Amino acid sequence: MAPVSPSPLLRVRGLRTVFRAGGRDVPAVDGTTFDIRKGEVLGLVGESGCGKTLTAYSLMRLLTPPGRIAAGEVWFEGRDLLRLSEEEMRRVRGDRMAIVFQEPMTSLNPVLTVGFQVAESLMVHRGKRRKEAIQEAIEMMRLVSMPEPERRAREYPHQLSGGMRQRALLAMALICRPALLIADEPTTALDVTIQAQILELLRDLRRKFELSVLLISHDLGVVAEIADRVAVMYAGRIVEMSETRALFRDPLHPYTRALLRSIPPPRGSGPRQKLPAIEGMVPDMAMLPSGCRFHPRCSDRFLHCAEQVPADVEITAGRRVACFLHHNRVETVEA
Amino acid sequence: MTPPAAAPLARAAEPILEVRGLAKHYPAGTSFLGRTRDWVRAVDGVDLEIRAGETLGLVGESGSGKTTLGRCILRLLEPTAGSVRFLGQDLLALAPGDMRRARRDLQVIFQDPYSSLNPRMRVGEIVGEPILIHRLAKNRAEREERVARLLETVGLDPSVMTKYPHEFSGGQRQRIGIARALSVQPKLIIADEPVSALDVSVQAQVINLLMDLQARFGIAYLFISHDLRVVEHVADRVAVMYLGKIVEEADSGDLYRSPQHPYTRALLSAIPTHDPVSGRKRIVLPGEVPSAVNPPPGCAFHPRCPEAFDRCPQTVPRLLETAPGQRAACLLAEAGSGVKP
Repeated sequence: MAPVSPSPLLRVRGLRTVFRAGGRDVPAVDGTTFDIRKGEVLGLVGESGCGKTLTAYSLMRLLTPPGRIAAGEVWFEGRDLLRLSEEEMRRVRGDRMAIVFQEPMTSLNPVLTVGFQVAESLMVHRGKRRKEAIQEAIEMMRLVSMPEPERRAREYPHQLSGGMRQRALLAMALICRPALLIADEPTTALDVTIQAQILELLRDLRRKFELSVLLISHDLGVVAEIADRVAVMYAGRIVEMSETRALFRDPLHPYTRALLRSIPPPRGSGPRQKLPAIEGMVPDMAMLPSGCRFHPRCSDRFLHCAEQVPADVEITAGRRVACFLHHNRVETVEA
Repeated sequence: MTPPAAAPLARAAEPILEVRGLAKHYPAGTSFLGRTRDWVRAVDGVDLEIRAGETLGLVGESGSGKTTLGRCILRLLEPTAGSVRFLGQDLLALAPGDMRRARRDLQVIFQDPYSSLNPRMRVGEIVGEPILIHRLAKNRAEREERVARLLETVGLDPSVMTKYPHEFSGGQRQRIGIARALSVQPKLIIADEPVSALDVSVQAQVINLLMDLQARFGIAYLFISHDLRVVEHVADRVAVMYLGKIVEEADSGDLYRSPQHPYTRALLSAIPTHDPVSGRKRIVLPGEVPSAVNPPPGCAFHPRCPEAFDRCPQTVPRLLETAPGQRAACLLAEAGSGVKP
């Protein structure tokens, strides 16, 4: 594990992202607070609709109307990104901070060669000439273990397999040596043997480049494999945050516990057990339940939970949880 | 819905589905004169059996041919060669009308609960359509009554009958798809990645429902999935596909405990574990699944196999019994045990 310096590279405070719908603001990310340290991999897990991808979009300021950031601060390398002009933000994006999306086909331009797309950031951000930039792109493609990088650089995205496209996207994201890589479900569209290759590569790149990574995934297994710390998100909020081992050894929030239990365990030759599924479904963000947002599905709920919102409290060093089972503090400031 | 008489919970001796030498080849590219030059061997000589009330898990990566195999069994695709015997009938020899009748016992659940339900039909019509086609109800009132019971069976309120698919979440849509498949009381359901599009909490609900229905009605499943954790949970037996062929088949417990084929071993080791202290050794396979147009000679897995040796590019391994009830297509497994062909 890379040595982790104390001052965080990224500090997110009270981030609130909303969508205008039916004449009112519907929250998607609702008062999210977290840090990413230099050289650290933070895993952000949750089910679809919990706001993890919109957190990434908000950090990169890639939201389009009707979505907008309503509140919060995003401190990165000494500046609050939310206060930068669009021009200044463009200089951060793709240079100091880069993103890799889940669907490798739709995030590549089908009519440009792979080499040109990997090289483009160098021409834009570093003012390099095309020939030199493409040479560097080929080197970066070699670093991400792209087979036959010279040949692949001349090809178009459709000529690459899914795994190779994901490597091309990684090369594209890393070409300017960013300090922070946001990887949104980077292995979800891939087969399990290719997923294993990409996870191995991410581990390797992070060491080589002292890269900080925000890894977004719905797959707790993938996060456990690679993250130093994990944040669990539910209905727009982080409900638990912990060092990875502690989270998986001793999950505190009932949602985290339930998520872990609903993964089919190795069965061996024993009889098949019923999976402890979480009842109901993720709430509609336009009609959020009162109190703790998880309470209607929570097997440990008590009266309190429907009435008051549990605060996100650090209960031991490095462990935060928003649940009345672990503390009785009530959230006072509504973001 | 009334359960079929004496739903067999224990494994019956006679298979209800017997697939022999099934192949599906597609032309890939033609020569100057329009003659077919290359063939994609999507499914290339598959044998499998499913008994009443059991679940056969079919695993493999994309391009392994598992979905094509499922569709050939259903005759949604016409196989190039082979036979499919279902409940004593050769499905491939049936005329379209007879095939339609056979489908009463052979249903399907698709992966994508968004595109597999007609958006212009109400839930009641979707679930009731097979009942109408197979004339299983005397009149409209009886049909609606059956649809209501089916919706209850899959955990939905009968009042949803008048709603449209877009009003439901992914998990609820998958329940609607399951109710539709159940409506004709099938003996076998081909479930193609039925929970892959669902979130993990909802996935567990749908898996529980499928297992519960099997216990109640004695339905057999061909459960096609790329998720080895889910397959371990649901399947009695598991078949592993690679480039159109079954490379290993065994009882689920045996396959997960002592995989015989190097590909199966690699697949199992690649499952991300949420136990970071397990200290398990991961086998990272080099390269990717090759194209099925010109598969590698000999054992098609040999270019990626960590255990390949000189005979592998030359000899096509046969699927042979390596341990009781366990079959593998690997020259090493053949050499390593008293092989019974």
